[in-house]
Amino acid sequence: MGKRCALEGVKIADFSWLATGPLATKFAANLGAEVIHIESNTRPDILRFAPPAKDGELGMNRSAMFAYHNDSKYSITLNMKMPQAQEVGRRIVHNWANVVFDSQVPGVMERWGLDYQTLRKERPDLIHIACTSQGQTGPYCKHPGHGAVGTQLAGFSEVTGWPDREPSIPSLAYVDYVSFACVATVLIAAVIHRDKTGRGQYIDVSQLECNVQFLAPSIMDYIINGRIMMRMGNRSTHAAPHAVYRCLGEDRWCAIAVSTDEEWRNFCNVIGNPGWTKEPRFATLRGRKENEDELNALVEEWTMGYYPEEAMKRMQAAGVAAGVAARGQDLVADPQLNHRGTHVILEHPEIGPHIYQPPPYRLSKTPHELTMPAACIGQHNEYVLREVLGMSDEEVADLVISGALQ
Amino acid sequence: MAEQEDSLLGGYRVLDLADEKGLLCGKFLGDLGADVIKIEPPGGDLARNIGPFYKDIPDREKSLYWWAYNTSKRGITLNIGTADGQEIFKRLVKTADVVIESFLPGYMDSLGLGYTALSEMNPGIIMTSITPFGQTGPYRDYKAPDIVGCCLGGLAYIAGDTDRPPCRVSFPQAYLLAGNHAAGGTLAALRYRELSGEGQYVDVSMQEAVVWTLMGVIQHWDLLKYNMVRAGVWRTFFIGPRYPTRVMRFCYPCKDGYVGFLIAGGLLAAISMPAMVEWLAGEGMLGAFEPMKDWGYDEWLVRDVISMSREEVDAEEDTLIRFFATKTRAELYEQVLKRRIILYPVSTTKDVAENIQLKEREFWVEVEHPELDETMTYVGAPCKMTETPWRISRCAPLIGEHNQEIYEGELGISKEEVRLLKEARVI
Repeated sequence: MGKRCALEGVKIADFSWLATGPLATKFAANLGAEVIHIESNTRPDILRFAPPAKDGELGMNRSAMFAYHNDSKYSITLNMKMPQAQEVGRRIVHNWANVVFDSQVPGVMERWGLDYQTLRKERPDLIHIACTSQGQTGPYCKHPGHGAVGTQLAGFSEVTGWPDREPSIPSLAYVDYVSFACVATVLIAAVIHRDKTGRGQYIDVSQLECNVQFLAPSIMDYIINGRIMMRMGNRSTHAAPHAVYRCLGEDRWCAIAVSTDEEWRNFCNVIGNPGWTKEPRFATLRGRKENEDELNALVEEWTMGYYPEEAMKRMQAAGVAAGVAARGQDLVADPQLNHRGTHVILEHPEIGPHIYQPPPYRLSKTPHELTMPAACIGQHNEYVLREVLGMSDEEVADLVISGALQ
Repeated sequence: MAEQEDSLLGGYRVLDLADEKGLLCGKFLGDLGADVIKIEPPGGDLARNIGPFYKDIPDREKSLYWWAYNTSKRGITLNIGTADGQEIFKRLVKTADVVIESFLPGYMDSLGLGYTALSEMNPGIIMTSITPFGQTGPYRDYKAPDIVGCCLGGLAYIAGDTDRPPCRVSFPQAYLLAGNHAAGGTLAALRYRELSGEGQYVDVSMQEAVVWTLMGVIQHWDLLKYNMVRAGVWRTFFIGPRYPTRVMRFCYPCKDGYVGFLIAGGLLAAISMPAMVEWLAGEGMLGAFEPMKDWGYDEWLVRDVISMSREEVDAEEDTLIRFFATKTRAELYEQVLKRRIILYPVSTTKDVAENIQLKEREFWVEVEHPELDETMTYVGAPCKMTETPWRISRCAPLIGEHNQEIYEGELGISKEEVRLLKEARVI
């Protein structure tokens, strides 16, 4: 018996795809759960064909996008349209798993003979998490979606960007990255509860409902005060300067945020107390807010003389909040992220060595483990069928011939 | 459905010292049934000053930000900077399971309340620290309000318009992301405690939490030495050096706002586009989609989007812009639900509050505010559970609301002593 881990004994049959489900189960795997990811060559995960791919050539096992959402899992391919494949799926759930995770359109798991109501009769300890755009019930529950439009539906786009321009989007599928952490939390809570009571349960996750948490005060502001929130660029109601300023270099930027009088004095010292900083109209936060456009232009006169890293260091050394607007390359080189071991290199059989990421917390006694790179599709068919399910050579051969393992 | 009697985390006690950097973590644990005690400095936490406010009355008891992220918590005031306060805190730790804090790295240690000290008193204790960059490393003492977190976490660089600076979400996200993950990390530690009897230390980094939203930014640089960039309503796809960079709209103006839609190719197009083209044809607005009017699922599935010219993409997008301009968000949404097209309104906060799906799922919950003699509509649970509800058990505590209940009732401190502690500004 090796060293113990937080999610020891948790076995997840993972019928999910895209970002939310796979990331929740990846985190569970990094915490010690075993995960069998059920995929199909007939309907591969869209992320398997999402850039970036090895050498810029898309292919089933070449996408780093898919890979970093799916390390530390076993992959088996099952064409769930076929009864033989459904039977294998049921055996994985029945004989091996204690958590079922799906992100299928409501009704699909039932069609595959994997509905919770039937399964729980024999396996009352089973936890089934169904995670979809809008949940399992309600008039729109079966409407297909994905993270990009979900981000727009949940209200993030409308409040991202500039008031005089069209709405923007924080990251392409922002909602997926909010919801997966909620789902991971609920999954572990349900495991703790089951350990105590022996009872599993069905958990119906609506990504929309996860995401509304992240705008809650502004939605209450509408409900209570009738105010509709508008995007406001980088402005803050209670700080100025508060923006992202152009620096030396091509498309290089640094955020600076000044909230208190003390920070304002420190900020002025860093930029060498030019004459304009002594003007009365900039002396108070109110004055700076009233003259914010002009203020920002003046601040930028200073920042444009420095690379963003230098601007950040000078400001932070004086106790003023500042940060580089990091690009991909800056994140890869970022000293803090590297200090924490945020970038974990694993050697993928087709992609080669490339960057994966652990959960954003460090557990002192049960550190995360990224046990293996993302699986090539169906890489563990043999392992799952023989070792996990104990099938004979004959049974496996029959499955291969039938096409159920596609 | 089973009777929802017990709660998921019933019986666990959480001491929540966090300010706005970690409020969400304690809220989630509280909504899941833990007994969360919010510990504020005398006079109340500074997060109470964050607007908006109930009826726009700027009052420390009326912050909607405070309300939203402190549900299901009781509240006491305690100055842990004083020796008396530290003694009381240690007594609380003896019967607690989790401590959440978000002070500067090293502060709890300097008070003699770091993880090592607390675990000597209670080996099962779990301590979760939520800070901008984690407990160690070159940035550990950096100041990082939301905008700095969004920048150093890479999210700002890919948000906003190409010709303007990197941009954050106007409603602060960085610390909500950190608190969200902190809840998961805390529960992982709690599961291990149940297995082993041992507590542990959980070190959460807001910067890393933001990095987890980037969808491939790091991987694009890692594999292709390409920096993903912000592009407003468009999305830039860089496949590789042999292919032209694709720029595609994912947001279209319509009659009364915006809707989200992607033409794309592959599975997403296969689901949506046959019905979209049929709809365009029905309204006599086929435009650039004329050649595809008889395409079905299979044709769209294998469509080679990568080889399309800029002019072809523009022509298709223009066709849709003309079409969407004739319809409102509500009209479009009603139709796409029937026609099974992946299109969604770009919701305002009003739209979210009035969303029919959320209403039908009884998402919103009414929470009593006894101090105002009113019930208020709150954002409900992110999921529905058959056995143990995710439930707001009470509204956020008033400043020191449960001082008497906890100090006198639970710790058995006498009324007289409590009075003295109050005078000494300990509670």
